[in-house]
Amino acid sequence: MTMQTVGRPTRPEDVQPLATGFASLTGGRGLLQDEALIFERDGWNKTGVDLPEADLDGSDLGDLARAAPIGLPGLSEPEAMRHYVRLSQKNHAIDLALYPLGSCTMKHNPRLNEKMARLAGFADLHPMAPVSTVQGALALMDRLSHWLKTLTGMPAVALSPKAGAHGELCGLLAIRAAHEAKGDPRRRVLVPTSAHGTNPATAAFVGYSVTEIAQTDDGRVDLADLEAKLGPDVAAIMVTNPNTCGLFERDIIEIARLTHAVGAYFYCDGANFNAIVGRVRPGDLGVDAMHINLHKTFSTPHGGGGPGAGPVVLSEALAPFAPAPWVVHGPEGLTLVEETVGEAAQAFGRMSAFHGQMGMFVRAYAYMRSHGADGLRQVAEDAVLNANYIKARLSGAMTPAFPDGPCMHEALFDDTWLEGTGVTTLDFAKALIDEGFHPMTMYFPLVVHGAMLIEPTETESKQEMDRFCEALLALAQAAKAGDVDRFKGAPYLAPLRRLDETLAARKPRLTWKPSSGVAPAPLAAE
Amino acid sequence: MRYLPLTPDDRAQMLDVIGAATIDDLFADVPAAARKSEPFDLPHHAGELEVERELANLAAMNRAAGAGPFFCGAGAYRHHVPATVDHIIQRSEFLTSYTPYQPEIAQGTLQVLFEFQTQVAALTGLDVANASMYDGSTACAEAVMMARRVTRRKKAILSGGLHPHYAATTQTIAHAEGMDIVRQTVAFDAEAAVIAAIDSETACVVVQTPNVFGVATDVTAIAEAAHEAGALLIVVTTEAVSYGLLKSPGEMGADIAVAEGQSIGNALNFGGPYIGLFTCREKLVRQMPGRLCGETVDAEGRRGFVLTLSTREQHIRRDKATSNICTNSGLCALAFTIHLTLLGEVGLRQLAAINHAKARRLAKALGAVPGVEVLTKRFFNEIAIRLPGDATDMVEALLEDGVVAGVPFSRLDPDAGLDDVLLCAATEMTLDEDIDAFAQALSRRIGQ
Repeated sequence: MTMQTVGRPTRPEDVQPLATGFASLTGGRGLLQDEALIFERDGWNKTGVDLPEADLDGSDLGDLARAAPIGLPGLSEPEAMRHYVRLSQKNHAIDLALYPLGSCTMKHNPRLNEKMARLAGFADLHPMAPVSTVQGALALMDRLSHWLKTLTGMPAVALSPKAGAHGELCGLLAIRAAHEAKGDPRRRVLVPTSAHGTNPATAAFVGYSVTEIAQTDDGRVDLADLEAKLGPDVAAIMVTNPNTCGLFERDIIEIARLTHAVGAYFYCDGANFNAIVGRVRPGDLGVDAMHINLHKTFSTPHGGGGPGAGPVVLSEALAPFAPAPWVVHGPEGLTLVEETVGEAAQAFGRMSAFHGQMGMFVRAYAYMRSHGADGLRQVAEDAVLNANYIKARLSGAMTPAFPDGPCMHEALFDDTWLEGTGVTTLDFAKALIDEGFHPMTMYFPLVVHGAMLIEPTETESKQEMDRFCEALLALAQAAKAGDVDRFKGAPYLAPLRRLDETLAARKPRLTWKPSSGVAPAPLAAE
Repeated sequence: MRYLPLTPDDRAQMLDVIGAATIDDLFADVPAAARKSEPFDLPHHAGELEVERELANLAAMNRAAGAGPFFCGAGAYRHHVPATVDHIIQRSEFLTSYTPYQPEIAQGTLQVLFEFQTQVAALTGLDVANASMYDGSTACAEAVMMARRVTRRKKAILSGGLHPHYAATTQTIAHAEGMDIVRQTVAFDAEAAVIAAIDSETACVVVQTPNVFGVATDVTAIAEAAHEAGALLIVVTTEAVSYGLLKSPGEMGADIAVAEGQSIGNALNFGGPYIGLFTCREKLVRQMPGRLCGETVDAEGRRGFVLTLSTREQHIRRDKATSNICTNSGLCALAFTIHLTLLGEVGLRQLAAINHAKARRLAKALGAVPGVEVLTKRFFNEIAIRLPGDATDMVEALLEDGVVAGVPFSRLDPDAGLDDVLLCAATEMTLDEDIDAFAQALSRRIGQ
């Protein structure tokens, strides 16, 4: 049977090009529906669950009982399913195409990990259940700790921090506690200008003042400036390595030596550990504390903004100050140290309730076991190879920020090559959306003008990277040829056109209100 | 290796394009002393089946909450999550997307966050909610630091009924920032005691309802006393389902409300990932921590959503940011929103009523056991009971009878002198037979 072709164009040349200003009559766009908010569907008396009848008598609560309506709509199960599936279709995702956000490590998320985290023995496990009933969970935490310590060459790990920034906080609190224990509370933390915003924010959060360290022309920490700024009041230096320019800090061992020489500690931001896992141990570089984003290097899903997990490995000097809880081997199996008393009296406190992101621990451990020591080394090698391949393929058309020598896991370009085209980094990135890819990280790191930071990760095939590079090269050619409208108006083909972020900030509408919704666009027929 | 697409041929071709002879050339910047050439002392790669076996064995060493009568609460509650929730959060487009920094191709996540913020604001009776925090305890610590920014005062008073882990987390984090944290003596039903401690230096008072002993309190008088002194009232809730039955923090005068949202849409997960809810009055929004999603329009005038007011955040403000938080609990927020959308107001109220009815049944059954005193009179779904002996020993003994009886208070706070107090929660998951089994076993053990 052949396909029925009468009445509809089937060859590309029969299809009219996208007419400017074309709009559907109802706001739908092909497969994409214009989906109202749950509050706009008149579901005030609806529910999508069948619960047993309850004794609704709340009389024993007296005036504590809620009287006024809450204002929550409900949807039946089919309506809820359709609502959220329709919304999902408006998202880009790793499972759809290369997601080259530099410093974010958007790699494949294995579904085996999801399956393991949902085993009842992990998912349906209460954090305060008797310790004798959670031996498997504690064993998993113990094994994960062993892998993290071995891979980083560090003697201790605090598992409980819930994300990278929370890990930074944990590391700096350990550093602060160590200085205080010596009776020498210090005031300053040094941070390179290329650092991620969480670094200075964390240092300030812990009560330190932040001093910036300059960067050299080849994108590394300026040793002379570091030496000039180091002093007896410096508590720590926070250095990302590989750094946010995608470069390995060649002088890292010297940086550690200089830092230790003034009695300060070396905090390493491990956001980019994916580039060196299995090949370089931070412990060999003189690091005192480093967080590991399990949601980057160890493949736990980003989930549209979390949850993450940020365990922190610690040196001998900082280990005694690690926060509760931690797992210890006892006579009757594994147990948890949950209180900062007795032998744990030096612990600086607690980062959160309970024991950390167990769901992420299971996923990360399943990933480590799948790769093994050999596979993790290959992860770093392929991540670095892929980034260098993209850098090599694009260097003729775009300007790499640091052309000399290899990059690590991400390739950084500046906007020199866009000069005179009328196209900005933002325009260029938005045009990439029309080609089916997520934009790269833009305008970060701040030290490079109009930065475009591309991190492919090791889970991209050569074919997908070639597709991506060809899209970028075609766009670069269009920009240089003066096809400015393609960029200024981009994206044209996304679920929405460019959004007015200034309006959002000037007149914040942070919740839906019956009277305040922005009116939908007028129908084309009107 | 199944997660790595490159073939040896690909790698050779790519090195050619790069102009490098070997992969080692690309690691040339690593100091020689730090290049690890010998393999790590760790196992090599394993197939899916092998990994599955190891993890299934570990999981089998745990007793899942659903394996029998189970009464643990204390800040984490076992509830039923509809199958639809777990299906939707595993869709690739939600699971494998990043923070929605490119709004044109992240409207799915952004609209969900806008719905989430609106739902959370409604639940707590306050004006604005952020797009989530890590969990309830860190949200509590952040609220205390926000109160400092708002009032420019340094003292925070924590009620004796605040979950000890929340108090410890707040103490750890807020103390580091230079705040004076005054934690009141742990007391079973003494929320009103904070009033006497409020003075002109006080930035905020932190009160939990229902508190860690399950006691539900009307905090209106505390709000009035705090406001009179120019301080803020922060209300903490660890069981979000209670919003379906109890007066909201906003109705009682709270300025900031924080909560653990795990109960709605999220599994127990041995303590994480969970989801912190954070809401406040509109006038305080610019001092709020965390991400906010807001409504706007696109270039064609169509409604859309973006992350907004980011000048408060670390990626713009760096060391002047309101918080260092970056990654939060996006997927847990999605689960929360889907579950709450399925429940609707009708379902949430009914679910809360079922929880309350189960807890009343539990209180009645345990109160009838000779030697047991039910300490909590006005509760939602959790009660504290006083046993004739050590609660930890009793939990161990009852475990032999197949009953996980609850959380001994001494595990949360060994210094409180409440070794005979046990916290017991009941939810819609609790069967009446479970309650009977618990009461019978307890009666037998006490009689021994």
